[in-house]
Amino acid sequence: MSDHQSADGIVGRGAREGADMFRDWFQHLTLAPQRGEKSAYVFVMGSMAEILRVFDFHTVFPEINSLQTAVRRVAHEYLNVAEDYGYSPDICGYVKADVAMQLQGGRHPMGTIPKPNLAVYTNACNTYIKWAEIWERFYHVPIFTLDVPGTRTAGGQTWSGHPDFENDKQYVAAQITELIEVCEQVSGKKFDIDRLREIMGYANQMTRAWKRVLELNQSVPAVFNALTDGTVYLGMANGFRGTKEGADYFNRLVEEMEYKAANHLGTVSDEKYRLIFVGVPCYPIFRRFNEMFTEHGGAFISSTYLWFASGGTNLGFEYDLSRPLDSLAEGVLISVREAMDAMFFQERRIIDMVEPYRVDGVVYHPIKSCRTTSTGQADNRRAVLAACDVGSLFIESDMMDKRVVSEAQLKNRIDAFFEGLATRKTMKAVAGQGLDSR
Amino acid sequence: MAYGAGVDVGSTQTKAVIINEQRGIVARALIDTGANVVLAAENAYAEALKSINLDEREVEYVVGTGYGRYKVTFGDTQITEISCHGRGAVHMFPGTRTVVDMGGQDTKAIRVSPTGEILDFCMNDKCAAGTGRFLGAAASALEIPLGELGQVALRAEKAVKISTTCTVFAESEVVSWLGKGKKVEDILLGVHQSIASRSLGLMRRVGVEPEVTFTGGVTLNIGMVTALNELLGFKVNVSEESHYMGALGAALFAMDRILAGRVPAKESVA
Repeated sequence: MSDHQSADGIVGRGAREGADMFRDWFQHLTLAPQRGEKSAYVFVMGSMAEILRVFDFHTVFPEINSLQTAVRRVAHEYLNVAEDYGYSPDICGYVKADVAMQLQGGRHPMGTIPKPNLAVYTNACNTYIKWAEIWERFYHVPIFTLDVPGTRTAGGQTWSGHPDFENDKQYVAAQITELIEVCEQVSGKKFDIDRLREIMGYANQMTRAWKRVLELNQSVPAVFNALTDGTVYLGMANGFRGTKEGADYFNRLVEEMEYKAANHLGTVSDEKYRLIFVGVPCYPIFRRFNEMFTEHGGAFISSTYLWFASGGTNLGFEYDLSRPLDSLAEGVLISVREAMDAMFFQERRIIDMVEPYRVDGVVYHPIKSCRTTSTGQADNRRAVLAACDVGSLFIESDMMDKRVVSEAQLKNRIDAFFEGLATRKTMKAVAGQGLDSR
Repeated sequence: MAYGAGVDVGSTQTKAVIINEQRGIVARALIDTGANVVLAAENAYAEALKSINLDEREVEYVVGTGYGRYKVTFGDTQITEISCHGRGAVHMFPGTRTVVDMGGQDTKAIRVSPTGEILDFCMNDKCAAGTGRFLGAAASALEIPLGELGQVALRAEKAVKISTTCTVFAESEVVSWLGKGKKVEDILLGVHQSIASRSLGLMRRVGVEPEVTFTGGVTLNIGMVTALNELLGFKVNVSEESHYMGALGAALFAMDRILAGRVPAKESVA
């Protein structure tokens, strides 16, 4: 692989450029207050970046800020501050790390996070709402709830033209109109529909490329690691949504992945098992967590995290720029609903991926401090196992709190999972040869 | 005659089993793991060898298993105790489709194929609630030897409903029931039923398919065997070797490697 890297520099470019751009992004956030620029706190499921960029708000993602403290192994310092302040050990670790950061003037390993001038959030996660209320109390800034109707029953999604969908779209559109008014008040700038159209055009490019990147992991070997590389891509997909840099980045990422697919370049030296990850990764021991799979030849080819934490843009909905506001409402409705479905009804998509992506196993990872993404995983797992012949692993740890991460216990289960996968492969091979597996 | 060995370094106890080519157990040993895991593995293995005056060099392959499997420094490879319990259980009881292993620190439910391969498994999470450790804590609180807990529980007339199986709170839970005037045997039956119920929950996650084979140190407890039988509505398989099932499975894997090594490669597939 090193030959390819030195020959054209394309392999690994997405990870390198993503890391550089993300560092710059945090620097811009750090400098925003002294430049007199305003910031909006938003979330990965329905960031409304398209609208906020029209008014030149910096978009600040507290979820990303918090996970960065875990990846950089300082989350416990933040959690302790928040718990000393009175927050329970049992609530969302992202919230606590953010509260601790706010109490410390925005101090963060990547820079200084500016205070919000506005917070915008959807109902995709119930914690978002209470979280934003904390900022409202801290800073007395406007907070805006965008209530996006979700899927009522499994498989019951409706689409454009269906009366339920049209009603839901109008409901979202009316809220977007209200959001624009709030943004005008907070920013002091007038809404510019041509600017919105331009931003939505960049978002379209990004969405199209993101969908293509995800599909390219049907390649054998997998061209990116959905757990580690995927987290970098998610940061880019959120932080740079609606920007030319973001669109260019993802177009170049497609180029890299197509190159890797054409040249059969994978992420694991000897890919033996192709896995789907369900839930949020274990960030406190992120590298080691990943290694526990890759050392067995396990490659994560997709993840529900890549679906819900990209705000459902994995679905590939592209805006119709001839009717921007109406199309934005439609896109927000579809994408945020998709993000929620990726958490609550993910089994159908996983089942459909097993054959084209040649999936050997599904790893379920419920986490202590996020019940939203964890509740229902056991039932979803049962549904997947009833529908298809794949291996499955159910392990529990946390996204932030290393006090509830037991590496020895994780490793024991992961090792046993791969022993089972190896047995499955042997049994299938033997059955394929018409031999008695005994 | 070739011999294979399995050494199961558990959180509480370390077990060693040596088998012959016919896969019959020829030696076994059991010691407390203690703080020095490497030494525990060495001592258990040495004790097993000594019990039949076998020279270490006559054992061609050793598999380490259990939490301390990587500390079996003299082992040839490591396999998780999940796979080993499955393999051992099917060897002892060929009709086994579900294994419930109750050890000192964790409880596992394992679904196995007719040939002993692991199809699915589920374990208690990081909390040791509902494991053998809870029984130990209850025994301590009631000042009853661990080995007698089951017998005492079977003398109960009406089980107390134990709501928590938290090992940390075991003592206060037991003491609070004593304070309410409940009989020791009724409390103990409640403890056994509570743990059995928790184990059934794990089994349901992987699917309870008879026959169910019960393995691990808690198999020595007749009260737990009875509680599981009553909860499942049928009898679980238990044998004298159940406590050694992980080490036995490891030894069986060791013998597989020994015998496979003797077969020319092109014949080994067929």
